[in-house]
Amino acid sequence: MNTHAKPWQGIVLIALVLAALPFAVGLGMGNAWVRVLDFALLYIMLALGLNIVVGFAGLLDLGYIAFYAIGAYLYALLASPHFGLHWPTWAILPLGALVSGLFGILLGAPTLRLRGDYLAIVTLGFGEIVRIFLNNLNSPVNITNGPQGIARIDPISIAGVPLSKPLEFLGLALPGVYLYYYLFVLLALVIIFISLRLEDSRIGRAWVAIREDEVAAKTCGINVRNVKLLAFAMGASFGGVAGGLFAGFQEFVSPESFSLMESVMVLCMVVLGGMGHIPGVILGGLLLAVLPEVLRHGAAPVQKLLFGKVLIDPESLRMLLFGLTLILVMLYRPAGLWPSATRKRELSA
Amino acid sequence: MDTFLQQIFNGLTLGSIYALVALGYTMVYGIMGLVNFAHGEVVMIGALTALAVIKPLAAAGLPGPLAVLGGIAVAIPVAMLLGFCIERIAYRPLRNAPRLAPLITAIGVSIVLQQLAMIIWGRNYHSFPPLMPATVREFGGAQITDLQIIIVIVAGAMMVGLLLLVNVTRLGRAMRATAENPQIAGLMGVDANRIISLTFVIGSALAAVAGVMVAANYGIAHYNMGFILGLKAFTAAVLGGIGNLAGAMLGGILLGIIESLGAGYIGDLTGGFMGSDYQDVFAFFVLIVVLIFRPSGLMGEKVSERA
Amino acid sequence: MKLSSLALSVSSALILISCGKEAPPPPPVAAPAPPPPPLVVKLGHAAPLTGPQAHLGKDNENGAQLAIADANAQKPKIGGRDIVFELMAADDQADPKQGTLVAQGFVDAKVNGVIGHLNSGTTIPASKIYSDAGLPQISPSATNPQYTLQGFKTAYRVMANDVQQGKVLGEYAAKQLAAKKMAIIDDKTAYGEGLAKEFKKAAEAAGVKIVAEEHTDDKAVDFAAILTKVKSKKPDLVFYGGMDAQAGPMAAQMKKLGVKAKLLMGDGGCTAEFPKLAGEAAEGNYCSLPGVPLEKMPGGISFKDRYKAKFNTDIQLYAPYVYDAVMVMIDAMKRANSVEAAKYLAELPKTSYAGVTSRISFDDKGDIKDGAVTLYQFKAGMKEPLETIGAAPAEAPVAATAAVPPAAPAAAAAAVPPAATTVPAAASAAKAAPVEKK
Repeated sequence: MNTHAKPWQGIVLIALVLAALPFAVGLGMGNAWVRVLDFALLYIMLALGLNIVVGFAGLLDLGYIAFYAIGAYLYALLASPHFGLHWPTWAILPLGALVSGLFGILLGAPTLRLRGDYLAIVTLGFGEIVRIFLNNLNSPVNITNGPQGIARIDPISIAGVPLSKPLEFLGLALPGVYLYYYLFVLLALVIIFISLRLEDSRIGRAWVAIREDEVAAKTCGINVRNVKLLAFAMGASFGGVAGGLFAGFQEFVSPESFSLMESVMVLCMVVLGGMGHIPGVILGGLLLAVLPEVLRHGAAPVQKLLFGKVLIDPESLRMLLFGLTLILVMLYRPAGLWPSATRKRELSA
Repeated sequence: MDTFLQQIFNGLTLGSIYALVALGYTMVYGIMGLVNFAHGEVVMIGALTALAVIKPLAAAGLPGPLAVLGGIAVAIPVAMLLGFCIERIAYRPLRNAPRLAPLITAIGVSIVLQQLAMIIWGRNYHSFPPLMPATVREFGGAQITDLQIIIVIVAGAMMVGLLLLVNVTRLGRAMRATAENPQIAGLMGVDANRIISLTFVIGSALAAVAGVMVAANYGIAHYNMGFILGLKAFTAAVLGGIGNLAGAMLGGILLGIIESLGAGYIGDLTGGFMGSDYQDVFAFFVLIVVLIFRPSGLMGEKVSERA
Repeated sequence: MKLSSLALSVSSALILISCGKEAPPPPPVAAPAPPPPPLVVKLGHAAPLTGPQAHLGKDNENGAQLAIADANAQKPKIGGRDIVFELMAADDQADPKQGTLVAQGFVDAKVNGVIGHLNSGTTIPASKIYSDAGLPQISPSATNPQYTLQGFKTAYRVMANDVQQGKVLGEYAAKQLAAKKMAIIDDKTAYGEGLAKEFKKAAEAAGVKIVAEEHTDDKAVDFAAILTKVKSKKPDLVFYGGMDAQAGPMAAQMKKLGVKAKLLMGDGGCTAEFPKLAGEAAEGNYCSLPGVPLEKMPGGISFKDRYKAKFNTDIQLYAPYVYDAVMVMIDAMKRANSVEAAKYLAELPKTSYAGVTSRISFDDKGDIKDGAVTLYQFKAGMKEPLETIGAAPAEAPVAATAAVPPAAPAAAAAAVPPAATTVPAAASAAKAAPVEKK
């Protein structure tokens, strides 16, 4: 009985912590930090999606943000005054996953033969192509409204209640950022669950086999082409869902949100946390989403404490420290902050 | 027809600039199999260092080209030192780490160098004084400046120099041996660490020259100039077959010409549906098509199955 | 002058009478009651301080800093309390996501108003958060028309939007510059493309034929390919919608390629950097800036000099607009006699403020009313004003205050910016005066 009780207790504990977190953060440090948490959750979803492609299947993808963009624009087009369409959230999000997944296959198909850095540059090109199309498809026919972006997007709503407005609940007004937090936590948990199940499945093992040795995998009867395409499609669909959530959360999308730097950032989360290891990836996403904000607020006061005045403008210092963190973590933990046990063993061997 | 010729000239100049930067990329890749994403930032530091020297020299009344040479003479050692440090700090400890680890440190180095440059040189754009000969010459109705001709020649000379270095000299043989297998090269008495350091230092020297050429040609330098340039050069290197010096040159010039022709003619080709705003899409599209048929670039060797 | 004499006297009586929610009445025991510590009023300022537009962002921040320093030098008194303004500057990285984080941060920090953001891409998503929080926002430089079309009561801007500026430019090109065939180039950013689109509409309406429409991006330095194409269409004039960092090299490359037509640009190219980057090729090109030339505005030259003295650098672009945005906000607070957002927000639509860029008043959407636009031409490396189109008529009344020399010490604080001379402010000052005499 005891052994069964323990994981159950753990789950309850985690649920309680997750439920209480926005209150602790929001009341202690302000709602901006809850908003940071919301974005961190979106990044965690993205990182988990990219982890399928990079971590599990070992395919280096530098254009992952394109799927996020596709999901976001799909939401924006189907739920905004731009086309006068106002589809319900729950119709758009699965559609976003589907369309992004199709684009994943579209990207995967021509790149099956490529490896390593060649694959990296083609995926990078794909990401840029998607962004440029979004930026340009406002003429001759206006589809995406070009660089002006799409404003006044409908907020995500559940059962007719928009999450953007504070919700009165037991005499307590929950601000919008809290409501989004709970929704994002739920969806992130779903994505984590799917990732965990995939990792242990036949497909997950096939991905790892391809990552480790493609020829051997082929010899073992794995259909490399289909399995690779599936990795691209699955990873992309997570990105599509996260993108839809982003559009509904921000209520504005424009192509500048989907630059190459964002792809690089998500890749950093995956690698820094520990490629292929789901808890590591979650940690990486959380850290890299929150760290710049911590540095933003911490850089000036710490300097004052140490030197008595602000020597370097905190904004320059923030990115400087961020870059240094990337270098130092990789130097001291080359397999990531929280690598999987097998990976750790391989490295020390 | 003169418009077409002009577009080819434009592409050639732009392509030579890409090639100048791509040579540095490809050299490091050829020896170490590592994409040095910070290469673009070394180009930027080279340009800004040279500019800091050139401005007082020119103000002191030195003739333009001499002042520029003075700037290059300072920028090269600075860039070399920088390249040496980058390799030592960010790449050497990770030589046996997972393949993506050095990629992340490279991104980190790139961010750090940009921020340092921003702290040192400020956020403003810097104008590069018009010191180089920029007489406009005309060939068949198309214009080209002396400086652009110089850039094409410098890029070509650098490629030939590097090819000679790698294929003829003793150092080059050691480099090739290290590229083949660092352990066995070590057994044969090659100090692999020294060779890799040297490769980085030489690549960085090239970057400094490239930086000055770019800044002089466009008359502008900025702490953020390296990123896009590095990206384009990386694309060029891959197009030509990364790791192959002649391929970098070919890839660079090809990419330049593709971009020029793309910007110039894509509108006519698509009946006005797409315009010059699809220039980069066109370039990436050509790259993808090339890679579908030649998965290791135009001149690259076939990648072994266990890459 | 009334305001300043008011500021100099510290009278506890005044405090007793006019104290509102902000300050509890001081205990009546001590007759010369120690003045309560000044109320710190925080204003948020958001602009990109890292990334490719960092130089503009810093310029904006400097403009705001200068405005805050000037406002504080007046020893302002609002709602009977001494006020110290404080700038809370944040970096939004020109990234819409960061923009909303910064906005939420301002709301949390309970700032009393927001100046920003620099880009339309950050301004629009952030404006929703400010609107939800009831926090007034004045953007100095976001020109996307959508910003004020969202129906938010809190959204204002002190710069002519793309429609306003593009229209003036298009008509000017057709009429004054007598262009028949034009090429349009833009940088495919919200700003550049937006302006180019409105320009095209106006120019075509005025009978200009657009012979080429080309695009580049905001990180490009090589424009040879598109310029070659433009050249083959032989335009009389080339319009560029984008920033100086591209316009400068573009002008230089036009010269090298033998394009004879001149360049016409919006505010993005109308900077001191443009002639530096373009070199000799800058000569004769045109650009426009919303508002009246600084030199012609009361306090304009002094603003320029003091900016240079304080930050040891020249104005990049939008600093004067930021300065005005801050002053407009403070002016509204003074007229409302409250620093509370809910109260002074009602005063913002009634603004009629003589700023350093023009006389500022708002239409019902929050856009600047009858925004003047000035055309300039580059001559010998300097931009010289040619003509101001659509100038607001009232510029005279502020001349009296502006005549005071700029370098006055803090004691003669009224000298610094031209004080607001709107009716409600004057009325409240007049009301306060008798109290002071008692």
